[in-house]
Order: sequence, then C-alpha cells, then structure tokens
Amino acid sequence: MTDTTSQPQAASREGIVPVLEFTNLSVDFGVEREWVPAAKDLSYAIYPKQVVAVVGESGSGKSASSMAILDLLPSNSRISGSIKLNGKEIRGLRSNEMRKIRGEKVAAIFQEPMTALNPVYTVGFQLVETIRLHRGVTPAEAKERSLELLRLVELPDPEKAFNSYPHQLSGGQRQRAMIAQSLSCDPQLLIADEPTTALDVTVQAEILELLRDLRERVNSAILLITHDMGVVADLADWIVVMEKGVIVEQGPVRDIFNSPQHPYTQALLAAVPRLGSADDSKATIDMTAALATVVTGDIVDSTLEERAEENRRLAEEAHARAERAAASATKVLEVENVVIEYGKRGKLDVFRAVDDVSFTINAGEVLGLVGESGSGKSTIGRASIGLQPIAGGTLKVAGVDISNPDRKTLQALRRKVGIVFQDPSSSLNPRMPIGESIGEPLMLAGEAKGQALARRVEDLLDAVQLPRSYRNRYPNELSGGQKQRVGIARALSLSPQLLVADEPTSALDVSVQATVLQLLKDLQAEMQFACLFISHDLAVVDVMADRIAVMNQGKLVETGSRDEILRAPQHPYTQRLIAAIPIPDPDVQSERRRLRRAIMAASAAE
Amino acid sequence: MSTAPEKTKKQEKDEVGLSQSRLILRRFLRHKIAVASLIVIFLITGLAFTSIGFGPIPGWWPLTFQQLNTPVNGGQPTLSLIPKWAGGEGISLGAHPFGQDRIGKDNFAQVMRGIQNSLTVMFVVAAIATVLGTIVGGIAGFYRGVVDNILMRITDLFIIIPTLVIAAVLGQIASGAGLGVGVLFLGALLGLFGWMGMARLVRAEFLSLREREFVDAAKMAGASDRRIIFKHIVPNAIGVIIVTATLLMAGAILLEAALGYLNLGVRPPDVSLGGLISQNQSSFVTRPWLFWWPGVFIILLTLAVNFVGDGLRDAFDPRQSRFRPRRRSIIAAMFGSRATGAGMRPSDPTSPRGDEKRSPEGTV
Repeated sequence: MTDTTSQPQAASREGIVPVLEFTNLSVDFGVEREWVPAAKDLSYAIYPKQVVAVVGESGSGKSASSMAILDLLPSNSRISGSIKLNGKEIRGLRSNEMRKIRGEKVAAIFQEPMTALNPVYTVGFQLVETIRLHRGVTPAEAKERSLELLRLVELPDPEKAFNSYPHQLSGGQRQRAMIAQSLSCDPQLLIADEPTTALDVTVQAEILELLRDLRERVNSAILLITHDMGVVADLADWIVVMEKGVIVEQGPVRDIFNSPQHPYTQALLAAVPRLGSADDSKATIDMTAALATVVTGDIVDSTLEERAEENRRLAEEAHARAERAAASATKVLEVENVVIEYGKRGKLDVFRAVDDVSFTINAGEVLGLVGESGSGKSTIGRASIGLQPIAGGTLKVAGVDISNPDRKTLQALRRKVGIVFQDPSSSLNPRMPIGESIGEPLMLAGEAKGQALARRVEDLLDAVQLPRSYRNRYPNELSGGQKQRVGIARALSLSPQLLVADEPTSALDVSVQATVLQLLKDLQAEMQFACLFISHDLAVVDVMADRIAVMNQGKLVETGSRDEILRAPQHPYTQRLIAAIPIPDPDVQSERRRLRRAIMAASAAE
Repeated sequence: MSTAPEKTKKQEKDEVGLSQSRLILRRFLRHKIAVASLIVIFLITGLAFTSIGFGPIPGWWPLTFQQLNTPVNGGQPTLSLIPKWAGGEGISLGAHPFGQDRIGKDNFAQVMRGIQNSLTVMFVVAAIATVLGTIVGGIAGFYRGVVDNILMRITDLFIIIPTLVIAAVLGQIASGAGLGVGVLFLGALLGLFGWMGMARLVRAEFLSLREREFVDAAKMAGASDRRIIFKHIVPNAIGVIIVTATLLMAGAILLEAALGYLNLGVRPPDVSLGGLISQNQSSFVTRPWLFWWPGVFIILLTLAVNFVGDGLRDAFDPRQSRFRPRRRSIIAAMFGSRATGAGMRPSDPTSPRGDEKRSPEGTV
C-alpha cells in the first residue's frame, strides 16, 4: 500500500523538491538502560502547500519524528536515517546551525499554549524577540511586523493582544498568538503537534479554520500531528497512519477515509465515534441537514432543504414520544434550580460554577451532559453524589434530599451512587492492589468480607472483562483502558441506582474508548442503573445517551432526546457546538464547513 | 475453592510485573554508593554493639569504657593493619587498638560506647520526629483551613525555639536519669523538637495528594477520614517520609555530637563521640588518636546515612536516573569511532557510529 500510493504522488510532483523528506528515520529512547524504539524506518515527504497529517494513538511515535526535525528530543534518545529540508540533510547539524533552521525555516505550534508562552513577558515582547533574533530589524519595525502577524491570525484586538500577558488571553487567543509567533519568519514548514487537543471544540473549529486560511495565504507546508480523525478529515491532504512506531499506511486523505487498506487503519476509523451514526437501537441522523435546519436564507440546495425538513419532523415526533414516557417513569436524580458556588460564602469573590440548573434522570436512563471546559458539568456530577455542597436549590437522589446533607444521609447515599472518574491513573490508589480497591466499598459497607469479599471482587472483575488474577496487580502494571475498567468495577460494586461517569474516556485512545464505552453500555443494559454521563465530546455522548443536556457557562441551555438535540437544535450554542464538531469524513466535513460559516455569520450579524 | 486460588495467586504474582516496592528496591540496589553506605552502617552498628556489649549483655571486648587500665606504651594505639609480608607487624588489635587516654581508659571501648549512644539518639530522634511530623503534617494538609492554620503556627513556634538552648536546659535533667536511660531521654527530647521539617514536607505532599481522584473514590466508598489519611494517603507519601527521616538521622548524629562537644548532651560518666572530642582536644598534639577516632566515626556515620538517603530519594523518584543511556551511548560512540578511526564529535552521540552498536544492545 505504501509503495503503490506514494509512487503516483512522486510521479505527479516530479521536479518539485519536497519541503521535508524523511528517509528511514528511526528514533530510540533509552529507558532503564535499554534502547526502546519509538519510531522505526519512517519515510514520508511533505510538499509545498501540503498538509500532511501523522495520525496514531498514544505511544505510536507520531511526535518523535517531528521532534527529530527540530532536534528537540531529550538527551536519552538517538536518531538514525535522514531528514532532508529542501533537499538538504539536516540531521546531525551542529546546534548553532540548527538554531538558524528553528523558527526561521521550521516553526512549531505545541499542544498547550499556556506553557509554550513565557508567562512573565507580554505576547508582544515575545513576538518582537523572535523577529529580532532572526531578522536584523529595528524594534519599531519588529513591532510593526508583530502587529501585522497578530492581525493575520485574526486576533480581535491586535494592539491589546500585543500588550497582554499570556494569562490575560483565552486559550484560543493564546494558540493564535503562538501561531503568530511561529509565522514570524515565514517558515516553509509549520509543525502543529496536537494544536487543538487542549482547546474546546468550538475554539478548535476556529483554529482549524485559521490554519486552513494560513496555508493559502502564507504559502507554507503544515505537518499536523494528531490523534483526532475529525481534525484530520477537516484539514489534511495526505495522511500517514502510525502504529507502534511503524507507518502502516499512507495516502491521500480521501483514499484513507474511503477505502483504508491496513487492518489497523480500518479498526481506527471504525472506533472513532461519529456524531449521528446508527447502531442497533438508533437510526442514523443526517448531521449536515441538521445544521441546514438552522441556517435560513442563502441555502439554495433543494435536496438539503428536504433533508432538513425530514429532520424537523422526526425531532417533533421524538419530542412527543419523550413527553409521554416521562410522565410514567420513576425519577432517580432530581436537580431543581441548583446553584453551586466556589469560594467562601459571604465573600465577594465567589465563583458561580452552576447557575439555576434543573433536570431529572429516570430509572434505567442515560443522560448525557455535554459542555465545554468551565461549563460546570463536572461540578454537577460531583454534587449529585454528595462530593460538592450546593448553595441553592434542591437535589434529590433516589428520593433522598441531599441539599443539606448530614453525615448519616451521606453515608446512606454512598450505597446508592457510584462514580467513574476521568483520569484512571489518578483515580486508583497506586499503592493498593486493584482487588483491594474494588473491594473497598463492599468491605466498608459491611456487605462482605474474607472469602465472600474475594468472590464478589472476582465477579466484578468478570463483569468488566478483566482476568481474575489481576486483583493482585498494582495500577502501574495496567494499561489506561484496564485501569478504567477497574474504576467501573469499583463504581458498580454496590450495585448503585445512579452512576455518574465523569468523562470516563477522555484520557483514553479512540480504540480503547470504543471498548470501554461498549462495556459501559452493556453493563447499563444488564444492571439498569440510571447514568449521568458527562463528556465534552458530543459524539461520545451520542453513543451512550438516551437524552442529552447541553451546558454552557454554568447554565443548562437545552435538554432533550437524542433526536431533538441532534436533528433540530434550538439554542444557538447547541447549534454552534454541533457545527464545530469535525466529522471524520472529508466530504461530509467540507459541506458542513460551509454551513458552519453561514451559522457563524448569522450569529455574528445578530 | 479456598486453596486452589491461593496457589494460582502465588504463581500469578511471579508472572506479573514487579510491584512498586520491588521496583523501588531494585532501583535502590542499583545505587552502588548507597548500598555500600548501608553496609558500612550495618558494620559499624554491629561492631559497636557486639564489642562492648549493650546493657546487661556482655560483648567480646574485655575492657569497659569506664575502667582504668595501666597505660601501655604511652597510650599509643596498638591497632596494626599492615600485614607482615608487606613489612608491617601483621593484622592484630593489640591491647588498646585505638590507644588510651591520659588516665589509662581504653579509647576503643569509649568510642564504641559513643557510637552506641549516637546510634540510639539517631533512631529515637528519627522515630519520634517522623511519627509526630507525619501526624501533624498529615492532619494539617488533609483538613486545611483553620486546623492547618493552627497546626502550622504551632510548627512555626517550635521552629524559632533554638534546639541547643532547650537541650541545655532539659539535658540537665536527662543526665541525672542514669546510664542508658539518659541517652533515650535525650533522643526523645531532640525528637520532640525536630519534627517541624517533616511536618511541613508531609503537609505539602498531603495538599497535593488529597486532590487526587483516588481520595474522592475512597470517600465515595465510605472510608472514614482516618482510613483515608493512613490507608490511602500516607502510603503514597512514604517516599517523602522515608527520605526526610534519613536526613533527620544524619542531622541527629551531628546534633548529638555538637551537644556532646558543648557538654550539654550525654554527660560523664557516660561518653559520646562529641564529648570525647571535647575532652581530648587539649591533647590533640600529644595524643591525636584520641581526637581522630571519634571524629572519623562521626564523619563515616553521617556520610553513610546521607548517601543512603540519597539512594532512597533516587529510588523513589525514578525521573532522575533516566539519563544513564546517554552516558553509555557516549562511551559506546567513542569506542566505536576509535575502533573505526572515523572522526566524530563527542557532542554528537547519535551519529551513525552509535547506530552500528545498536543491534547488540538495542534489541530489547
């Protein structure tokens, strides 16, 4: 596959020197006195104006190659093979020669813009510094150029941004400032290492939009390193798929998405949750048409209009169905006008994390709570299991009012609820064998001990599909997905009526995420607990949830069944959220991009 | 049902990767100086306690540290370490290996007694300060708020009290308690005034650990505060606690020696290493061995304990030992370049020369 697809490309571009060319590049890291290969025999090329995406899960070695270009690998590593920049070998250059390449010819954008910018200098100072290091210009000229760059990356107020410190800008603005800095010397190659992973999905869409624009305007090639297939579909021309340090497949974006050849690529694409896709109990939702329902006016496509009309009709049907069902169900979680504040009460600097939120979860139902960072979704999750006191409103779990709980109510509550945490490596005590972790709630509740406890722990391990022998292992011996299974087993040990799953898969790779979600779904179907499923990823929520609630800045903006929310979103924020999610399909995505612009233009006009 | 799983459990244990404590032990054993230091500490402890005995148990050395003997050969040390074939007098202890003081007391017995006292003080101080510091720091870090404020202000108060002054005042009482007991009393006293550093470090560790999700998980499981502190958080803070405790030990030896030197700690008729130096400093020119032997043992013990602490810190914090492959690769690369005669910059260990060596050592 690699040969057949790279040949035609080479033929069609004959005579053009690639901006960057890897030949048989290998990177090893020394760990505990042994060389562990991180990347083996990588060969690919990036041509001018091309966006090449390197895709892979964690540990696939996708970052190692980009770090090798800039010679930024840690000192316990070694490289072999060849890296050619514009046909010139750059591997093994002396550090002063390398410095000239860094920033001037090759620039990088990193994952976390907060740590990549120096917090004690203004954005402007850092920009001027970069420019003056590489170009012999006066400070005034450098400032002129900096402002020009800040305008180029579409920061709303370039003058203000120039004089701001990094912490005074939002995450998206910081990433724009980072991009401005990396563009300061017109690099021929821009390396974007997970440029949007730390950002919210609506901000991510803006940054991707900016990167696409920039490619046209500043004429540089982009090496995009990411784990997110949606981002790849949105931006890339050429895809390199990596697994365990080896390139398994590479080719043009449409070929890879439409007819992946290697089993790993196929599995990877299958594992990515797609917003609106069908499974055994759910019908496919036409997500493009869903956006079209919102856009009024300049859409002339008549078939799209029909599809949108169909979506509206189905959403109304679902709404009517949901109303009938809600009347008869028993409520496990009742949240009524709940207010949650951080900071001391009575002081001025209280932060209202959750503001007047009301919703209910029925027995056996999964409610997906979606929102971006800081929307208060996790706070609600913690409050509904009694880990976070509430400042106002009423909160009832399984009929028990826990608005102002005393110790006894909390003790009673804890037997009825369970929680699966976000970060599996932090949620298990590293000094406790996992069997003990799983059995702890049972033991403390006095339900079982000794042999009976051991048997219950074994049953729970069976339920989450882990070998029984694992109960004597420590968390550091388990993979992320296995740890999360342990977390689920512990949360379910007391057969709770309500399970709170707080971003249970956000720390996992897509293929692992798919299996963990499937496990949760199966267990939910079997044990019929009510579940509050919290996630920032609407596609993941779509897989799990019967109903979806959308939060924004502490407020609940929209609640409804899957059909209602996805087919015909009512609230402008929900619309923007749905529009911003990149769908891992290049064709669908380009159509959606057009609609997204229309929605953004409409909301800007208002 | 009950025996069969037990058996497989054991087998599984062997099959699976090492537990965290095993990993730490392995990393510690890799630290050569620390292991050597640990051996030195064991040897010195063994020598000190077997030679003159401890309490009612007699040792193999015939003389006691209080008994007066006839001066032999002007009190010169009789210890000989140079073998006969090398032109010396052979390896032997003689009557007074470390020499005798002005009134004929055996210096070896005195130094051994001093080491015993130093070690006793060291362990008592470390034990008391560790327990106190962990409890105070743990409670302050776990509950935060008012409790933290009160406990930390008390800690500040203890920090500003000069230990030497307290020891001078209360040491008076300690010395009256009689042989052996006085040393324990002194150790306890120093421990009561030496827990503050431990408390602050443990508090800091608790402040970060209590935010970890496994603490919330334990809370959800219905664990009491006491169980969360001692069963969940303390085992995770054990690295900090152990390392601080070793450093406390080193400090305790020096403090005890300093107090002995000022005649404030262990007092005559009992002896301490610091006390011996103080008593014999006037005869430094005429009988230097009376000064050197206790000094050498103070330095040996302090250094060894510090190295052990160093090794433990590296073992608990593996981030520091990851850079070793590079050092090896430089050597490999240099050997490689020398062998092939190709010129290579030593600053570039990743050149093709190093790669030829990959197959033997790179295969995992």
